[in-house]
Amino acid sequence: MKVLVPVKRVIDYNVKVRVKADGSGVDLANVKMSMNPFDEIAVEEAIRLKEAGKAEEIVAVSVGVKQAQETLRTALAMGADRAILVVAADDVHTDIEPLAVAKILAKVVEAEQPGLVLCGKQAIDNDMNATGQMLSALLGWSQGTFASELSVDGDHATVTREVDGGLQTIKVKMPAIITVDLRLNEPRYASLPNIMKAKKKPLDEKTAADYGVDVAPRLEIVKTAEPAARAAGIMVGSVDELVQKLKDVGAI
Amino acid sequence: MSTHSPFDSATQSPVFFDESLRMLRDQIRRFVETEIKPHADAWEAEGATPRALLRKIGDLGFFGIRYPEALGGSDLDQRATVIWAEELGRSTYSGVAITALVHTDMASVHIYNAGNDAQRAEWIPRCISGEAISAVAVTEPGAGSDVKGIATRARRDGDHYILNGAKMFITNGVLADVYCVAAKTDPEARPSQSVTMFLVEKGTPGFTVSRALDKHGWRSSDTAELRFDNARIPAANILGREGGGFYEIMKNFQNERLVLGAMCMGECQAALELTVAYLRDRKAFGAPLWDKQAIRQRLAMLSARVESCRQFIYATAARAAAGEEVVREVSMIKALAGELVNEVMYDCVQFHGGMGFMRESTIERMARDARVQSIGGGATEVMLEEVAKRM
Repeated sequence: MKVLVPVKRVIDYNVKVRVKADGSGVDLANVKMSMNPFDEIAVEEAIRLKEAGKAEEIVAVSVGVKQAQETLRTALAMGADRAILVVAADDVHTDIEPLAVAKILAKVVEAEQPGLVLCGKQAIDNDMNATGQMLSALLGWSQGTFASELSVDGDHATVTREVDGGLQTIKVKMPAIITVDLRLNEPRYASLPNIMKAKKKPLDEKTAADYGVDVAPRLEIVKTAEPAARAAGIMVGSVDELVQKLKDVGAI
Repeated sequence: MSTHSPFDSATQSPVFFDESLRMLRDQIRRFVETEIKPHADAWEAEGATPRALLRKIGDLGFFGIRYPEALGGSDLDQRATVIWAEELGRSTYSGVAITALVHTDMASVHIYNAGNDAQRAEWIPRCISGEAISAVAVTEPGAGSDVKGIATRARRDGDHYILNGAKMFITNGVLADVYCVAAKTDPEARPSQSVTMFLVEKGTPGFTVSRALDKHGWRSSDTAELRFDNARIPAANILGREGGGFYEIMKNFQNERLVLGAMCMGECQAALELTVAYLRDRKAFGAPLWDKQAIRQRLAMLSARVESCRQFIYATAARAAAGEEVVREVSMIKALAGELVNEVMYDCVQFHGGMGFMRESTIERMARDARVQSIGGGATEVMLEEVAKRM
């Protein structure tokens, strides 16, 4: 079985995000970018499937700016076999919307014929949580979202999903789209020898036009604003005082 | 504390580091954040970094940065070493950092640079995996930067050498498996021709660790005094040419000093980051201390000096990697970085107020750890003489 793992280049989760002066979005110039952490979990899961003899090949794919090549190299250094970069924007501030990404991924799936698509449940930049589901709809494939456990068994996969209030286990027919949640696994380090080997692994470059997909935005960002600053705290001397203060501000 | 700061605009720049090197930095940083920082207080208390951690580093290939692929390494150059040293320095636990850096860049390098094929094949793969940890024993109670002044003697006896003497301040002295030891083989020869390096294995009869030393800083690194009392070393264990030790030691000083400079920059970056975070939070007279211009401008100037020294190191590493001779620059870097890190720590402790004087604060440990940076691996005064000679 071939596993396709879409990965997104996003602002590193440790970076203190700053909103651009004109409010059009977040400042990404000179900012550290990394693989979306949920996508790292998807790459790790694909590698584990391969190590368990349930997958033969792992193909990582990214849709975005040319610099996403670095994100794909990370996937290759972790253990993906080859990568496909679909260049769909020139400006690092351009975010390709989930529907356009899903349409491109559907074309990649058509060309690659994977038995499984493993992706992060959402990207940490815009928190859309939509691409996997849209891809499932476009392909007419089964979907298992928010996976915290996954086992693939022939033409079925068993997915434990993290839902409000507990866990739900479902069985889906393969081929399927599985979107992964935080607790599925802990991604491995890319060892230095594997970083060096990743340089030699194939990375094909395509464009959105190659797949005939129009990536023009359908949504308009009206405004981006930083969250309100947290008010300063105070030290209280006792539990009684704490309770009183909470009552004073109407919190209890 | 955030693992990303404005200092990273240079670390992320393709002008200095290509894609693989940036990825290496990311991996080392993540390793430091998850495998070192949450656990290292215990190692500070125990006085040593555990072998289990060193094995994990070995598994990830970080000990093999400079060695050829045929021996299990990754064949990278000084730029990768700078990243390795800087990120370890950034851990805030420089005792852990120096344990690893002595192994990679001050000890095992002697085996690789001076050793023959058999010695390399026997030791380098094990040093890369972390199975064998190395130490270098040059310094003595009576000789530090003055390498020609060592008193340890090695006398030929058939196909062996008999070593007698003592070695001082030896990092990894207790926990190492293999030691690169400098001794005088021909006291009558010119001083520069009198020193020979030997490979000495732990357990060699007559070789003992006389005591573990109690240090001001670097508490998670073990440092020892070693004793050689008629220790019999096979002649096959000579590293390089008999009488060629002085030049071997001098040659590696360039790498060692660049590494210490980079380590200092990691320490500076971490100290400035955590001090700025503390000052943004800490209120006095109704406002965060960060609002005081006197404080923030002093830190701004320190960050400018750190950034310039860092980029000097990056540029020098790139030139060294291209094969250029950079003795003058490396000597400058060691002098500059070793002093600067102490100035940074002094001000960062100062701006932490009373908390900076408390054992529970990170900055207190970092200030103690930084003190040796202007002493070890070439004291500032010795480095400045090297610079002055080239003026």
